[in-house]
Amino acid sequence: MSERKIRIMVAKPGLDGHDRGARVLARCFRDAGFEVIYTGCHQTPEQIAASAIQEDVDLVGLSCLSGAHRYLFPRVVELLKQQEAEDICVIGGGIIPEADFPMLYDAGIKAIFTPGASLDSIVAWVRENVRPDF
Amino acid sequence: MYFVKEVLEQSKVLKKKWEDSVRKMVGKTPDQKPRWSTVSDLEIRRLYTPEDIKDMDFENDISYPGEFPFLRGNQATGYRGKYWTLRMFSGMGSAADTNKRWRMLINSGQTGLSTAFDYPTLMGYDTDDPKARGECGKCGVAIDTLEDFLQLMDGIPMDKVTTSMTINPPASVLWAMYCAAADLRGIPLARIGGTIQNDMLKEFIAQKTFMCPPGPSVKLICDTVEFGASHVPLWNTISISGYHIREAGATAVQELAFTIRDGMEYVENVIAQKGLNIDDFAPRLSFFFNSHIDFFEEIAKLRAARRIWAKLMRDRYNAKNPRSLWMRYHTQTAGCSLTAQQPYNNVVRTAIEALAAVLGGTQSLHTNSLDEVLCLPSDHAVEIALRTQQIIAEESGVANTIDPLAGSYFVETLTNEIEEKTWEYIHKIDDMGGMIAAIDRGFPQLEIADSAYRFQKQIDAGEKIMVGMNKYVNDDVQKIPLLDIDDSVEQEQIKRLNGVRRRRDNRAVTKSLNDLKNTCKNGKNVMPCCIEAVKNYASVQEICDVYRDVYGEYHDPGLF
Repeated sequence: MSERKIRIMVAKPGLDGHDRGARVLARCFRDAGFEVIYTGCHQTPEQIAASAIQEDVDLVGLSCLSGAHRYLFPRVVELLKQQEAEDICVIGGGIIPEADFPMLYDAGIKAIFTPGASLDSIVAWVRENVRPDF
Repeated sequence: MYFVKEVLEQSKVLKKKWEDSVRKMVGKTPDQKPRWSTVSDLEIRRLYTPEDIKDMDFENDISYPGEFPFLRGNQATGYRGKYWTLRMFSGMGSAADTNKRWRMLINSGQTGLSTAFDYPTLMGYDTDDPKARGECGKCGVAIDTLEDFLQLMDGIPMDKVTTSMTINPPASVLWAMYCAAADLRGIPLARIGGTIQNDMLKEFIAQKTFMCPPGPSVKLICDTVEFGASHVPLWNTISISGYHIREAGATAVQELAFTIRDGMEYVENVIAQKGLNIDDFAPRLSFFFNSHIDFFEEIAKLRAARRIWAKLMRDRYNAKNPRSLWMRYHTQTAGCSLTAQQPYNNVVRTAIEALAAVLGGTQSLHTNSLDEVLCLPSDHAVEIALRTQQIIAEESGVANTIDPLAGSYFVETLTNEIEEKTWEYIHKIDDMGGMIAAIDRGFPQLEIADSAYRFQKQIDAGEKIMVGMNKYVNDDVQKIPLLDIDDSVEQEQIKRLNGVRRRRDNRAVTKSLNDLKNTCKNGKNVMPCCIEAVKNYASVQEICDVYRDVYGEYHDPGLF
């Protein structure tokens, strides 16, 4: 039996509209053979957690370039945990100063990709760290 | 014909000779890559010659500055009477924080103000709305009510300095605050000058700050154009923007084509909805472009822009006033060309891009700070960016003469090529039924997504180079000081907002919001009611909720 495809949700939390990175990544994941859902801009953490559970995804990729990641990223992880969906891996990207990395890792964000990260390196990380959930 | 016959014949002979030399040389030292192209992937030839521009018509295609088709500039005197406006986009934290930055910039020689608002303000939410959590003051200044706005303008001579405000869905609200602030200071509306971005079409296409659907959004824009034409004659009521389209990944041609087609959509709607004559409002339409890293492509794009708009205004919309034919624009260097790696290199990129903007003939310029890929600009970084413009203006000599690259075989050819490709897109969108129809289909959004993806693939493959990022990488991290907006700004701002809500006359607020609602429902111009509401200290969200309620909300279709 062939392995189920990895299901990924690329999500834009908060009011930020900088979606170039998110959309490029969504395409890249699709081309890499993953199943991809893109939420579009302006999602609340509550909406993102609910759709991630509803869609039964393996990975949520959050993108934020507005500076609001310190609230938004941990909040998504927290909501997933509250709904017993902590098995969903959450990663983040955007304009994230290195000084914020420790607090984001502590909050349960598994990886952070900032400007300059190649598409290949992100795909490789996903293949290495995410297993589809049966 | 642009050249006499003899010159073209000489050129033909010499070209053959040169081609022979090239063949021999390439045999010994092959070209470093098979294809040379701009950052937008337009293929560039090894050499351009008189033959490339032989069909140009001097009077109609090139002409003189201040003359149709304004290829060489709107002003007969170029930059000698006045340099471009040095206008640094800035805003962060509270109104007081931003006011402090503005005063610093004015003291450093900045000649115009430009406001960056935070996301809640941009999207028409108050700081205490649950959707606004975590965003307050992060990427611009937080404005909830007129009280914040008055603090922002404290000590700023509103009758002397022009102010640009990057604000779109709530443009009518923030402009109403500007008008109200001027009024409270006794400055007549006829004497205030500035710009509201107020370009919703490019929001649906690229920047993604939206509120109501495209139809009502354009209606609100038509209201501001009409109000400006009769009450605030020095105000640019739309800044038709390609900047964000480019940042979202468009090519130079896509940026130009979608922006101009957006402009046409506004022109046609104002005429249809308001019955204004083209010359009543066209002189106050302004534009905003990106200046990216590909030097000549940008110069060509900026020159072509003026020529295309002049032709459209004269031939398609029958404008008679020469000012209606002018495409006046602000330019900003390309944020997306900067790298987080080796950030000091960004100073060099920005200088090249700013130089291109000036050689293209911009009226106004923002230069990005070296740290903008990492955070909002710090004081030190923003000063270098401003000094970059001053060095170009007053040291480099490039402003000595008008449009110095005119007549260049290459620059004129590239200008023509960009114009031609732009017309193709414009006609395609005409065929779709206009820009609103094209947006509904997702056409510009997906064209841009294609370009963005292609560019990223080229970067990953090393076909396009970003120094320090995919070539000449250095693992030593260049540490630079970063500006951090403290999370406490949010609590302070909420306190201020609650204070205003307690102090204001809430019955007057309710009445003015009801008046606004009725005005929206009966299709009249919202501006007078909007000014009344902000004067009563109605908040940005309270007013925008009226718009949402009457016109409905637009949600991102999430195309990729």
